[in-house]
Amino acid sequence: MEKILDVKNLQINFATFAGQVQAIRDVSFHLNKGETLAIVGESGSGKSVTVRSIMGLLANNAHIVGGEIDFKDQDILSMTDRQIENLRGNDISMIFQDPMTSLDPTMPIGKQVAEPLLIHGQMNKAAAMARAEEVLELVGITNAKNRMKDYPHQFSGGQRQRVVIAMAIVNYPEILIADEPTTALDVTIQAQIIDLMKDLQRKIDTSIIFITHDLGVVAGIADRVAVMYAGKIVEYGTVDEIFYDPKHPYTWGLLNSMPTLDTHSEKLYAIPGTPPNLLDPPDGDAFAPRNPYALAIDHEAMPPFFKVTNTHYAATWLLHPDAPSIEPPAAIQQRQQLYRDLIASGQIGTFPQKETDKNVSN
Amino acid sequence: MGKYILKRVGYMILTLFIIATATFFLMKLMPGSPYANQAKMTTEQINIMNHQYGLDKPTFQQYLIYLGGLLHGDLGTSFQFNNQPVSYLIASRIGPSMQIGLQAIILGTLLGILLGAIAAIRKNSWVDTVATFFAIIGRSIPNFVFAVLLQFFLAFKLHLFPIALWEGFTSSILPTIALAMAPLATTARFMRTEMVDVLNSDYIELARAKGNTPWQTVAKHALRNSLIPVVTIIGPMAVDLMVGSMVVENIFSIPGIGDQFVKSITTNDYSTIMGLTMLYSTMLVVVILIVDILYGLIDPRIRLSGSEGSQS
Repeated sequence: MEKILDVKNLQINFATFAGQVQAIRDVSFHLNKGETLAIVGESGSGKSVTVRSIMGLLANNAHIVGGEIDFKDQDILSMTDRQIENLRGNDISMIFQDPMTSLDPTMPIGKQVAEPLLIHGQMNKAAAMARAEEVLELVGITNAKNRMKDYPHQFSGGQRQRVVIAMAIVNYPEILIADEPTTALDVTIQAQIIDLMKDLQRKIDTSIIFITHDLGVVAGIADRVAVMYAGKIVEYGTVDEIFYDPKHPYTWGLLNSMPTLDTHSEKLYAIPGTPPNLLDPPDGDAFAPRNPYALAIDHEAMPPFFKVTNTHYAATWLLHPDAPSIEPPAAIQQRQQLYRDLIASGQIGTFPQKETDKNVSN
Repeated sequence: MGKYILKRVGYMILTLFIIATATFFLMKLMPGSPYANQAKMTTEQINIMNHQYGLDKPTFQQYLIYLGGLLHGDLGTSFQFNNQPVSYLIASRIGPSMQIGLQAIILGTLLGILLGAIAAIRKNSWVDTVATFFAIIGRSIPNFVFAVLLQFFLAFKLHLFPIALWEGFTSSILPTIALAMAPLATTARFMRTEMVDVLNSDYIELARAKGNTPWQTVAKHALRNSLIPVVTIIGPMAVDLMVGSMVVENIFSIPGIGDQFVKSITTNDYSTIMGLTMLYSTMLVVVILIVDILYGLIDPRIRLSGSEGSQS
């Protein structure tokens, strides 16, 4: 598969009064052409910072300590402002979290949607407005022709998010970054927006990076998932691998804190403790203090990525050949059982090269 | 929109009526009479004068007579300024006051907006510090100090401008600059605060994400949104300036209206006080209306809820 974006060893610090906050600590991932990659993690795990660095939209006090972000073999981090501006809204565009605040309240929406076309100079104003109208139809704004001159306050939240999406796709970008695009919406609208994005991905043939803290949303849209914790990716794999065969205790915790139809207990599970202070990150696995399965080495040395399958990697010492065997939480074991059943019955099986199931075998 | 303006004009007339009534009775409560500071007059002479001007009638009747005159645009005659009709007094002196006031407000707000915007864009840089410094100076030093300084250095020492008197546009430059300092400083501070807020908003980040350069973002998105609150303060500032700063007019010997207002109050010149109060009030309500209309033009949310009601 063709890699359209390749992030290598990205490190970003934020200068604060208290010192250097190490927000992104050696993050690497790639995005294949045409796929949807979900980046999940709790608030402050560095998801948004990562994608903002791809857009060149980091805050002033952020500085990139190291790494590369290659878009079609060109490093975005070494581009001039002018070059990045040419990329933004053209090859790479972004959908923001809160549609109530991400539209300019004083500009008609037609003009706002047409703006990227005019900035990047592909067409004249009339053609741009015509395309804007087309795209507004496409994202499901009914009667788009008559609504071009309307202002954001005349639309509901869900409609506004459709407008925001229209702006992002009007130039048929190669990469669409969606930063928690459904978080500010209510659940029924969330489902509509997810469906819309899936539909659009087919129609305009784009690759999507989807940021969220909501694993339920991920299941519906992603091809692959990367789990972030404390500025690092701790596990990544296909959506089935992450949901049914997770290896990292943090991923277990995330999945356990998501209620399912089988959830019988009265209390919803929550991962104990709080994320570490990234002003002074721990030497070992940052999740170790909150991890009931932590080994002694987890507190001392950063675990490398262990390969589970060709597509599935996790950074936990539990996968080390010498590590003691552990039983994951019951709910996770159920998931793994379900997964094996599904593979056995041939309902899933797109990745035959399933390797050592060593730690799960019990 | 037309209906909205009509409604607003109705309210304006009501407001002016209330102001006229309040001023009239308050003025009557002031001690003294229009003749108190004139050369000694006998009681008989005063009675004749009072009768001639209708001041011997009951207060309420005088009020009705005054309102009647007001409806015809008759502001009465001045007791002090050579028996001239008040409307003539105003007409002959309002020109210079209006001109320097208008020039000052345009110069002050435009420069203020520019300065504030630049300070916000270059927040915490030396430009911001310099702009803040000027804003504090402009706000805290009274305009007559600027007037005297400008007069001394630019006119008296360097002969760049006329020192005083009213002889065409060049005479208006120094008083305009002196008067513009306060609105400039106020607008700049306001604009900076607003713009800093706006520049932190999501839609600005989205504008950047579309590929706008920083300056395009400011021109297309930030400026207009920052102007909304700034427009509100321009109204009252404009009236303040247009009616003239008495002291500045005095320093430059400008035959304006400010000076007349003070004199009319100290001498109980009833009809002039009334006339000027009505003039100031009218200007205030008209400027407020203009500001509200401008507000609507800049901010579509207000425009729609003001007229036909919005769809939510």
